This record gives sequence, C-alpha cells and structure tokens, in this order.
Amino acid sequence: MSATADIASVPRERSPAQRALRRLLRRRGALIGLALIVFFLLLAVAAPYLAPDDPLKTNFLLVRKPPSGLHLFGTDEIGRDVLSRVIWGARATLLAGLVSVTIAIGLGVPLGLVAGYVGRWFDMLISRLSDAMLACPPLILAIALAYTLGPSLSSAMIAIGVTYTPIFVRLTRAQVLAVKVEDYIEAARAVGNSHLRIAVRHVLPNVIPPLLVQATVSIATAIIAEASLSFLGLGQQPPAPSWGSMLNVAKNYIDNAPWMAVWPGLSIFLVVMSFNLLGDGLRDALDPRHR
Amino acid sequence: MHLKSWVSRIGFALGVVVGLAASAHAQTLRIGLAEDPDVLDPTQARTFVGRIVFAAMCDKLVDIDENLKIVPQLATSWEWSADNKALTMKLRQGVTFQDGEPFNAEAVKFNIERHKTMQGSNRKAELALVTGVDVIDPSTVRLDLSAPFAPLLATLADRAGMMVSPKAAQAAGDKFGAQPVCSGPFKFAERVAQDRIVLEKYPGYWNKDAIHFDKVIYLPVVDNTVRLANLQSGQLDFIERLGTSDVQGVERDSRLKIAKIVGLGYQGIDFNVGKSDIAKTTVLRDPRVREAFSLSLDRDAIVQVAMDGQAVAGDQWVPPNSPFFAKNVPVPKRDVAKAKALLKEAGVTNPSFTLMTPTTNEAQKLGQVVQAMASEAGFNIKLQSTEFATSLNLADKGEFEAYILEWSGRADPDGNLYNFLACGAPINYTGYCQPEAEQLLKAQRTTLDAAERQQMFDKIAAREAADLPIVYLYNRYWLWAYNKKLTGVREVPDALLRVQGLKME
Amino acid sequence: MSGFLVRRLATILPTLLFVTILVFGLQQLLPGDPAVALSGEDRDPSVIAYLHQKMHLDDPLPVRYGYWLRDLAHGDFGESIRIQQPVLGLILEKLPVTAQLASMAILIAIVIGVSAGIVSAVKKDSIWDYGANLFALWGLSTPNFWLGIMLILLVAVKLGWLPASGYVSPAEDLRANLAAMIMPAFVLGNSYAAVLMRHTRSAMLQVLNADYVRTARAKGLDERVVVLRHALRNALIPVITLGALSFGELLGGTVLTESVFTIPGFGKLIVDAVFNRDYAVVQGVVLFTATAYIVLNLLADLGYFLVNPRMRG
Repeated sequence: MSATADIASVPRERSPAQRALRRLLRRRGALIGLALIVFFLLLAVAAPYLAPDDPLKTNFLLVRKPPSGLHLFGTDEIGRDVLSRVIWGARATLLAGLVSVTIAIGLGVPLGLVAGYVGRWFDMLISRLSDAMLACPPLILAIALAYTLGPSLSSAMIAIGVTYTPIFVRLTRAQVLAVKVEDYIEAARAVGNSHLRIAVRHVLPNVIPPLLVQATVSIATAIIAEASLSFLGLGQQPPAPSWGSMLNVAKNYIDNAPWMAVWPGLSIFLVVMSFNLLGDGLRDALDPRHR
Repeated sequence: MHLKSWVSRIGFALGVVVGLAASAHAQTLRIGLAEDPDVLDPTQARTFVGRIVFAAMCDKLVDIDENLKIVPQLATSWEWSADNKALTMKLRQGVTFQDGEPFNAEAVKFNIERHKTMQGSNRKAELALVTGVDVIDPSTVRLDLSAPFAPLLATLADRAGMMVSPKAAQAAGDKFGAQPVCSGPFKFAERVAQDRIVLEKYPGYWNKDAIHFDKVIYLPVVDNTVRLANLQSGQLDFIERLGTSDVQGVERDSRLKIAKIVGLGYQGIDFNVGKSDIAKTTVLRDPRVREAFSLSLDRDAIVQVAMDGQAVAGDQWVPPNSPFFAKNVPVPKRDVAKAKALLKEAGVTNPSFTLMTPTTNEAQKLGQVVQAMASEAGFNIKLQSTEFATSLNLADKGEFEAYILEWSGRADPDGNLYNFLACGAPINYTGYCQPEAEQLLKAQRTTLDAAERQQMFDKIAAREAADLPIVYLYNRYWLWAYNKKLTGVREVPDALLRVQGLKME
Repeated sequence: MSGFLVRRLATILPTLLFVTILVFGLQQLLPGDPAVALSGEDRDPSVIAYLHQKMHLDDPLPVRYGYWLRDLAHGDFGESIRIQQPVLGLILEKLPVTAQLASMAILIAIVIGVSAGIVSAVKKDSIWDYGANLFALWGLSTPNFWLGIMLILLVAVKLGWLPASGYVSPAEDLRANLAAMIMPAFVLGNSYAAVLMRHTRSAMLQVLNADYVRTARAKGLDERVVVLRHALRNALIPVITLGALSFGELLGGTVLTESVFTIPGFGKLIVDAVFNRDYAVVQGVVLFTATAYIVLNLLADLGYFLVNPRMRG
C-alpha cells in the first residue's frame, strides 16, 4: 500500500475506533470468522425460508435414516429432517451462547473493574461473593431458577449468565490489579485524571484481551450448557431444536446413527471457531501496541 | 513409522495390564446396573434396582416363576384357612442366616413385625391387613388377616417376604442397611456408594449346589452406551436394561446373548381428572377428549419408534400376554376420524394441554412421538420436561394436566392397579375416584378365587377404558445382555436376575 | 504481604458461612419435597411423615440451618437419607478419587494448554499456530460426554486397550488405577487445555510486544530466554486465575465425565444428592469444595504477587 493512496483514502486524523476497525478488517482470520458468524446469523433469521422441511415434522417410517437425496443430513430418532433442525437450531443456539455471555460480561466486568480498582473492603466483598458463587454447585442454581422463572430458553440464558459472572469478575479484577501498578497509570493519576477516566480510558483497554478470550471461550461452553439445561427442563423445550440438545440425544445413537451427531457437532465447532477467530482479530485490533 | 511403533508398544503394555486384571476374577460374576441402589434393607428399600441386588442376597418366603406362579422358597408349602383370613406356612428346615443364626417361625414373626412397625418401613401398606403372626411350632407359622387379601402371596414373593437375621437386625437398628444379613446365597461384603456392591458366597446356603460363583459384584453404570461397552470389552458379564436402540447390535454380536422379558409394569399417561382444581379447568376434563386422545395414538407405531420395537402395545395395567389381561377390552386401533368426531362432539376441535415429561431419553422420545401423533387429530400438546423430584412434587400437588409415568410393575395385578386408581391412594396422581371402580378395586383384593377375581378385573378394565384417567400405551421388554458363556439365566417376569443355577461355561 | 495474608485468612470462615447459607437457602428454593423424593415408588404416607420428622422438614428454615450448624460444630456432617451412610464417610471416600482425577486432568491441561499457547504465540500465524488453535477449538466445542463415549468405543471396545469405565483404588492396584483414570483425565484435561491455550496465547501476544520484552530482545538475549523468563512470567496472570478456577471446578466434581466413566467422585455424589434432594450430602460436599475453592483463589492471589512483584504495593 503506497503512502499517497493511504493519505488519499483517509484524509486526516482517524478516531481510535476507526483505526481498530481498519486493523480488524485487514486480518484474514477475523474476516473468515466474521463471515461465518454472519452466515449463521442469517441462517437463524431466515430459517423459515431456508429449511427444506418442517423441523418438527415426524415421519415414523423414516426413523434414523442415513443422509440421502431426500434428507441431505439424514433423519433423527423420530424421523425428522436433521438439516432443517440444524438450520432452525441456529436460533436457540446462537441466542443461548450470545445472551448468556453478554449477561455474564455485563454483570462481571463492571464489578471486577471496580473491585480491582477501588480495592479494600469493596474488593473483599465482591471477591468473597464471587468465591461463594463459584463454590455453589451450578446445578442447584439452575434447578432453582428453572422453577422460579419457569422453564424456557430465557431462564436458561439467565442461569448460564449468572453462573458465568464470577469468572469475569475474577479475570477482570486480576488484570486490573496487574495494570494498576504500571507506570502509565501512575502518570495518568499524577496528571490529575479522575478515577472514572483512568478506569475507563487506561485500565479497561488492558483488561480487554483476556476478557475477549474468555468471552469467546464461554460462548462455546454456554452452547453446550444450554443442552444440559434443556434436559433438566430449563432450556429450549422439546421438540424445538438446539444444536446442544440434538447432540445430547444423538449420543445415544453414536453406534447406529452417527449423522445425528455429526451435523450439530460440526455446526457448534464452526460457530465456536468463528467467534474465537473474530476474538483474536479484535484482540489484535484493540491492542494499542500491536500494529 | 516411529509413531506407529510407539502406539503399538503402549497398546501392548496396556493390554497386559487389562489382561492380568481380567484373569483375576474368573469366579466372579460382574453385573452392570442402570442405577445405584438405595439402602439395602428390605424393610426400608424402595427402588426397583435395589431388588436386583436383593435377589442374590435375601431369600423370600415364596418366589414367582417364569409363569408368575407362586413357588416355594423359604416356605415349602402353605394353606389358606376356610374363611381366607389366615395363611399357614410350613417353613424349610435347616436354613440359617448368613451370620449362622437359625431361620425359623420366630424369625418370620420378627421379620413381619419389623416390616409392620419399623419407622420408615416401606412395607407397612403391603402388609396392612396382616394383624398378627402366630408361631405354631418352630417350622410352622400362621399369618392372621383382618380380611382376605388376594395379593398377599405375591407380596411375600417380594421385599415383604424377605427374611433378615433377627439378631443382626436388632443389633444394627436403623443402620441395618449398611451391613445387611439375610439367608440368601450371597452375603453382603462391601459397598462403595455409586461404585460397587460386593457380595460373597455364603457357604451355609441351603441350596448351595445351585451356586457356581464365589462373588457377585454389582456395578452401577448409568449410561446405556457405556454399560454395553463394558460388556463388550469384557469388564462385565451381564447388564440389565440394555438400550432399545442397541438391541440390533447385540443380536449381531456372536459373543453376547440377549434376553427379552415382557415386564410386569406399564408405560402410561396420567390425566389430572380430580387431583386438584386444574382438573376442573383443563380441556381434558371431558372423557370424550381423553378418548379422542387415546384414539389418536397408534400404539404399534409408538412401540416401533419410541421403543425400537422392544415392547408390546397395551391398553391395561398388565401386558396383553398376562393371564390377568381383560380380554373384553382389546388394544384399540388408531382411528383419527373417530377422534376428530369425538372432539367435535365435545366442542373442542383443537384442544391444547401441557404434558409433563420426565427427562429420560426414552420419555422425551415418547413425549415427542405422542405429540406428533395427537396433533393429527387436532391436539396441540406442549411438552414440559421436568426433573424427577420436581415432577413428583407437581404430580403430588396435582399441578399438571397430563404426566408421562412408568411403573416397574408387581407380580400381582393389584400392585399395578389399586394404588393408582383407588380413591385417595398414595400414588393415585390422577385423582380418580369412581364409586363402581372403587367397589370393584376393593372386592378384587378380598377374592381369592381366580376366575371370580378375573371377572372383576374385566369390569374394572371396562370402567377404566370408559373413564380413561390413565391412557396405557405399552408394556416394555426388560432387556438383558450377557456373555454367551453365562448359562442358566432365568427370565422371570419381575426382571430380577436369579443367581441360582447361573454358571460360566 | 503478611498483613494481606492475615486479612485474607480471616475472611475464610465468614465466606464459608455465607456459602453454606447460600446453598442451604437455594436448596429450599428447589421444588420438590425431599421426603416425597426419597420415599420411593410406593410413596407411603407414613414413610413421608417419618422422613419429615427425621429431617426436621416442618421446622422453619433458620431453625433447620441452626440444627445443621450445631451438628457440624460437633463434627457431625449428618447422614445421607438415601443410602443411610454418614456424609463425612462418603466425602472421605470420594475425596481421594476426585483429587486424583482433578490433579491428573489439570496437569494434562497445563502441559498441553500452556505449551501449545506459547508455541502458537511465538510462532504466530504459522502452521503451528493454526494447528494449535484448531486443536484448542476442537477441545472447546466437543462436549465431554461426547468425547468420553467416543474414546470408550474406540479405545476400550474396538482396540481393547483400556477398561471401558469404572474405578480401582490405587492402594489396591496402581496400574489398574491409572488404566481406569487416564481416559477420564484426558477428556477433562482436554477441555481445560483448550481454555488455557487460548488464554496463554493471548497473554503471551500481549506481553511479547511490551516494552520490557523488546528491551530484553534488544539487549541481544536468546529468544528462548526472552520468551520463558521475561514474557511468560507476566503472561501468567490470567493463566493463574483460570488455572485456579479450573482446578476448583474440577475438585467440585465433574458430573458428566464422572457419569460417563462411572468414576465415583464428588460430581456423581452431589448430582445424585441434588436430584434426590439429599440435603445433608449436598451441604457437606459444598462445604468441602467451597473450602477448596477459597483456598485456591487465595493461592491465585498470592501467585499474582509472585509473578509480578510490583503488585505487592
């Protein structure tokens, strides 16, 4: 890229966000990740138009049939079209992954930031609270929530989000503790910056890389957790599909109907991969030292 | 090349380890259970899986055979009094408990009284009509009843008839389950919760010639696939409750054998017809809607799809091949047109209700199959998967419209019937209470004449089919898979493995 | 530093107390009468009444918590209602099993995860990086139960190398013990390795560009020394946090993996207890695992100081 072209396309100063976006788009991995995520989001949104079949329609004469021209991905244990269920399942799955992690970040990061930055009794309180929550078996929380909130996908997302919160609290806090003593923070403080400004402008950016990694990693575990919860009556209720619950059922037929597992499994893998690729790209793009 | 040789070397080393381990338990029978049993005290025990262990550890007064006939075990013969209110039993002589204590009429008296009076006893209801036990001589005992009770002998062929050592029971109090002492062929040796129950041969067993193993180890392996994998790889000799979708694979495996036992229990759907206020508002309150639901179901297809064919379609609390099956109420054929007509007549062409579904793989599959079938007649069913303890609670309080329920079954049909349909009975989740049925349910209990009793069953079946508090769907096969070298496996309908006569060729 | 330690140690007891209250309270939120759940198939009303009385189910919540605390003060953890064994005995029986499995798994996770993370950060955008990432993502997106069953079918049934499932005590037979534990430890370690790998990679990339690492490089130090001594040290903060959290999680028992491999550890114990509403067992196990968690988190906090001495401020 020549210098003149650079100047021509981007006339003057650019905001940090613009610069970050440009860096992001330059990375091939991140682009692939982004493209796949967009693809799966489209799948989820346009499921009614894309699915070749009704995902709930059973055919008792075609139970556990291998992939064929009629059913490209085969059929499941009660004769439903696996392809259509994978397409429709993108909805619940992506929701479960994204919303629950958003909840966990929304609750966990501010708490961890404040705890690490303010320290003292507030840190003690928040840290001990998150210890206590981590020590509490998630199963109990899940069943209790299922009963109080009623069985639905949204209560599953809340349950997962709440159980994941302490991890984000601890990660953020640890990173804040490490960054807090760096020279540039001391400098910022010496110049008379307000605490809020320091926390948001100087501390937060340094906390982001491990959080991004954890968030992209958590999406994977949340997708799988949703399956276990739907089994307890907390997640997506049958017969509506989610990839996790499809995989959960498929494990009973590993020997005689492997295709029931392959497609939802592959989809989970691809989604997890794309979120991680995108996360990597974001991490690089947001790292001020990294060009 | 390098990698390959390493892999084979590691493999060889591991193979040696496993091979050594395998040769060590040649005289040991290793049985895979689908669950971890509860407390091993016949008085307090309450699970099906626990009864499998008891079958090797605790002899009963009488037993049932392959044809549901009552046969001698600790009692050699018995006789009802003329008014059917006393049962006199002759006891086997020379029998000792596993602690060396003698088994006699006093021990029987002790045991029946223990069942009846111990706090937390689960046998109280089964023996409610037994008012007293008289020791006539050391080997003769008489059970006195307040009224004739037809199911009594079948009850004594189960946990209520299991005899434990009075001395050990008195010493251990309510901790007896941790160190049970019975009179069966194998005595309790060790238990590691959720891992294993080890029984050792009791050398003083009265029928010791029929015992060909030194040890029996019960290992709970919850996952169906893994339980089978253990059998296939030789760590287990026998597994109970083979997954229905694995049957074909096992049948193809030349090293394994399979047993299919038509069970004593049933799979049904309970409707809330009077348990709570929901019964007054649910669309299912109209018997025509319930009948339409039943007619919308193709039971043969349900068996094929939900159970992979490993069950018999049924419409009663006993399977169609049972001597107690009411032939006047044959298994209905699917009739969607008639179901729609009934719904129209009832004024609800698209009735919707919630079906509470346990979280087991089988129940989930059944729920979805039923949902799909019934929708063709216009039903709109919402499934609600509910974890075990929650579902019990909701069922108990009547907070449900319909509930998928399986019953493991009892040898006497009364055990599948009375407690589910009699007014206010403890597991009558439907809240069914109908005067004619109630009178018949009570009468069949006091009728010892088989033909007369069957007529009552026939009437109950007709009444039940008209009211439909429970829609019965099928009676499962209990599926066992075992090493082909294991011989002497007796397929008794209660699906409890008898160890007498078992032998590894 | 020592002041910090004393303050932290002083909070352990109140935190534990809080955990037990939390768990006790949550258990009461659970639907389902424990007496009904435990009364078995027949649900005899007299049995239910007896269990109610035995478990003090009709007393108000704080009173019941008081009973539990009082017994605990006397070293009595209560009794499992389902199998009628003392809770403490059950815990002591399962503790070595879970501890062994957790240690083996975390060892596998650290060895695979941290080294793969370093390699992929140092050789960023190379075939090594892609390979390590693919491995990590596979580990993340494969549910444990799934990998477990596949391994059993392959290694135990098809190849016949290892027992399919079950547990043998190391005191009884060490080789059989290892043969039984290696598959579940690998399955568990594999999923945590993925998380650790991702974090190590990210943290390493962050510090590899930091000024002091550049300085070290500029001084002409060997790249290996730079990576291992200067970069890794500072990259370890999130890894320590995650490592401690993962180990704590593993010590709490891993339900699905233990179920698949029929390993009698805390995971199966507590899940069965929750499903059967066997409250004393749940309380007892949580008390143990919570202690482990809290101690591990304390160690993690100390670990921060060790790797980054400036944080001692």
